[in-house]
Amino acid sequence: MGTADYAVEIRNVTKRFPGVIASNGVNFAVRRGEIHALLGENGAGKSTLMNMLTGLIRPDSGDILIDGKKVALRSPADAISLGIGMVHQHFRLVETFTVAENITLGMPTPRFRLDMDPIEQEVQEFSAKFGLEVNPKARIWQLSVGEQQRVEIIKMLYRGVNVLILDEPTAVLTPMEVKELFQVMRRMAASGKTLIFISHKLDEVMEISDRVTVLRAGKDVFTAETASTTKRELASKMVGRELKPPPPRPRGTFGAPVLELEGLQALGDRGEVALKGLSLSVLAGEIHGIAGVAGNGQRELAECITGLRKTLAGRVVINGKDYTNRHPRAIIEAGVSHIPEDRLGMGLAANLPLTENAIMKNYREDEMGPGAVIDRKRATQWTRDLVSRFQVKAPTLRTPVRLLSGGNSQKLLLARETTHDHNVVVAVHPTRGLDVGATEAVHQVLLAQRSAGIGILLISEDLEELLSLCDRISVIFEGRIVGSVERENVDIDEIGMMMAGIDPAGEGAGPVEAGV
Amino acid sequence: MKLVFEKRDPVPMSYRVVSPVLAVLLAFLLGTVFLTASGFSPMKVYAAMFSGAFGDWYGISETIVTAIPLMLCGLAVALSAKMLLWNVGAEGQFHMGAWGAAAVALSMPDAPAWQVLPLMVLAGVAAGAAWALLAAVPRAFVGVSETITTLMLNYVAIYWIEYLVHGPWRDPKSLNFPLSAPFSDAARLPMFGYTRIHWGLIFAIVAAIAIDLALGRTKWGYEVKIIGESPRAARYAGMSIERNIIITMAISGALAGLAGMAEVSAIAGRMTRQLSPGYGYSAIIVAWLGKLNPYGVLLVSILFGGLLVGGYSAQFLGVSAASVNMLQGLMLFCVLATEALGRYKVRLVPTGAKGASQGGHGEGEAEANG
Repeated sequence: MGTADYAVEIRNVTKRFPGVIASNGVNFAVRRGEIHALLGENGAGKSTLMNMLTGLIRPDSGDILIDGKKVALRSPADAISLGIGMVHQHFRLVETFTVAENITLGMPTPRFRLDMDPIEQEVQEFSAKFGLEVNPKARIWQLSVGEQQRVEIIKMLYRGVNVLILDEPTAVLTPMEVKELFQVMRRMAASGKTLIFISHKLDEVMEISDRVTVLRAGKDVFTAETASTTKRELASKMVGRELKPPPPRPRGTFGAPVLELEGLQALGDRGEVALKGLSLSVLAGEIHGIAGVAGNGQRELAECITGLRKTLAGRVVINGKDYTNRHPRAIIEAGVSHIPEDRLGMGLAANLPLTENAIMKNYREDEMGPGAVIDRKRATQWTRDLVSRFQVKAPTLRTPVRLLSGGNSQKLLLARETTHDHNVVVAVHPTRGLDVGATEAVHQVLLAQRSAGIGILLISEDLEELLSLCDRISVIFEGRIVGSVERENVDIDEIGMMMAGIDPAGEGAGPVEAGV
Repeated sequence: MKLVFEKRDPVPMSYRVVSPVLAVLLAFLLGTVFLTASGFSPMKVYAAMFSGAFGDWYGISETIVTAIPLMLCGLAVALSAKMLLWNVGAEGQFHMGAWGAAAVALSMPDAPAWQVLPLMVLAGVAAGAAWALLAAVPRAFVGVSETITTLMLNYVAIYWIEYLVHGPWRDPKSLNFPLSAPFSDAARLPMFGYTRIHWGLIFAIVAAIAIDLALGRTKWGYEVKIIGESPRAARYAGMSIERNIIITMAISGALAGLAGMAEVSAIAGRMTRQLSPGYGYSAIIVAWLGKLNPYGVLLVSILFGGLLVGGYSAQFLGVSAASVNMLQGLMLFCVLATEALGRYKVRLVPTGAKGASQGGHGEGEAEANG
């Protein structure tokens, strides 16, 4: 097949960021008029690749070819003018504007007088042609998520896009809306548009795509006609085989359960059911890992435990006592530490100095000052202790934490969370975005906590991290725990399949319920 | 040549100190354009304003008298703003505070000062706090915007006073003017020497010190700081945001109420419709210009008091009273502008140079963060 048959071709592209190689000689080619699925775990390099295609970032080396011609994409506008557009997972729409206004927003024409009639007419034509039904006069806030997504697609079509990248488009949709989206996608492909479909969900990839490429650790590891592959094969390509089973280590001494979850149900931020009856337990002295692809309820799980999200059904039991839907403060006082996913947005007050951040969990106690008073001297001393013990590198204690590196701010957070009185740690992606040294430091702290008899729930997307640290790994998929394995008999393929929603016992069957 | 904006973080301390001064100077500069256009000599007007406000001891004392309600209301606005609560209702809380104090004064005309004055303070503080709570409670529990409710409650409070002085409280001896009966001498807050500077100044200074200490050295102040910076982090740390909204707004309202009490007791000596030329609104600008710092608020209040007093002098030259409002507005505008600008380093770059060819700075940043 000649080069000109490809709508998009990426040749040997490399992109480095400080500390990581996000794309390492990636080759990726999409034929004209096909639906090409791009699979990979978070951090596999999908976003980097797509950002290069849409002109947000430039590759360090390698070539991007559009319709067989080498191009230099300097901005999203360049990409659009070459016919490449992207529908992001988080929509970029002005809520109070109408559909037509959003579509014309940012276009160079019309320049002065806005005449919406021709735009509305064109929207109608797209609607009819591709089944993208949406009222051009409606305001965005009145539309459902599915309709808003259609507006994003029309926005791109209106700009004359031929290659459309859809970034996890089904993550926000109801099953009915997914069906409608797939019909739209098929009609667009049939009319000659090229679609790149980014997804985690193997079922959807199998259903909608013509071909599929799997990225792992910044490399393209597999490309095939969808019809000639299987979910099982894709799952194992995604997870990778070079992961070794964990080295044996002496079995820890486990105590009584410190955290028990029974049939947790909760909604996600968009009102979707994110947890569908999740049960698990964490023993004292155990690191219990939660593996899973992002967006399967991990965040909601952590927030239900820590009292930050309402639990609709089920129970959260901490040290034998029921703490379901209690105030976060009660749960902190019950001994639960929390290393949240969003370190600077939730775990730390980014604009405030180290000291203010270091005392966030124990400022109420008398050690920080009697009664209503905060003793600044004690607060400073406390912070100095944490900083030196955990080797946090900071210019001064007055430096706002947003100016610290990711590793140092995480060390500060970890120091605070593991130093005050507690016996449970809920850690969510504790090493995401950290360099090797900081990652190692975080791991050492977690292992030390384990030795101290603290029960740790470690939610991570990094399977390697889970394998090396955990005593037990459970897999979360669509709001449930679908399986659980002990460190001694881990089967990496099995975990990979469970993460992809495949019952390891048989291809094609739905996820299995598993008691924990 | 092309202007290039580069983000800088942190903003240098020197700029943060200089920028309010810069803003005030810039406002006066812009004011000259306006004054020239309306046919006045800006220098003459500014000179008249300055000598009216600071030229002699009388002027200075009047400037301080005018600054007192601004100080207390400014502290009220600044405190709530620390928690990202926009209390634009200091004007209403001021009036309700005056009302509470007046109600006490009028109902006990024969009581001695040591009885009536503390009760007036208490009533003024309580009424101001209650008025703020009317907005704080719905904000805390159902998320009703306090900006809207505090603003609207201003009108309710002002018209309530109007109603009283036109109706039930009108002094039969006032020749039909909308005034209440004068307070007894015991109900008048003492003044210092021959000036009209009154105890309200002490209230304001004590309040500023107390707020500064409370914010820096108490657990409550710590919570206010965290909530103001990051409500998510505050909730994560187990703080009750609802409780703090209510406490902070109540204290804020109490301070504005105290301003009303002091003004009606010391200056007016009776309830009138003309207690405030908009102190509660100017306080918003005062709070910002003072960078929400309690001592900053005290200083800026004196500047604004001078602006008002100087404005009266300028009126002798024929400049309308609205010009002073305009200058105040310009100052807020310039404060916001210099503050926003402070976050950037501005450079001139020849066109065609590498830095300029990268398009908007937004993209440049996105790349840097990628």
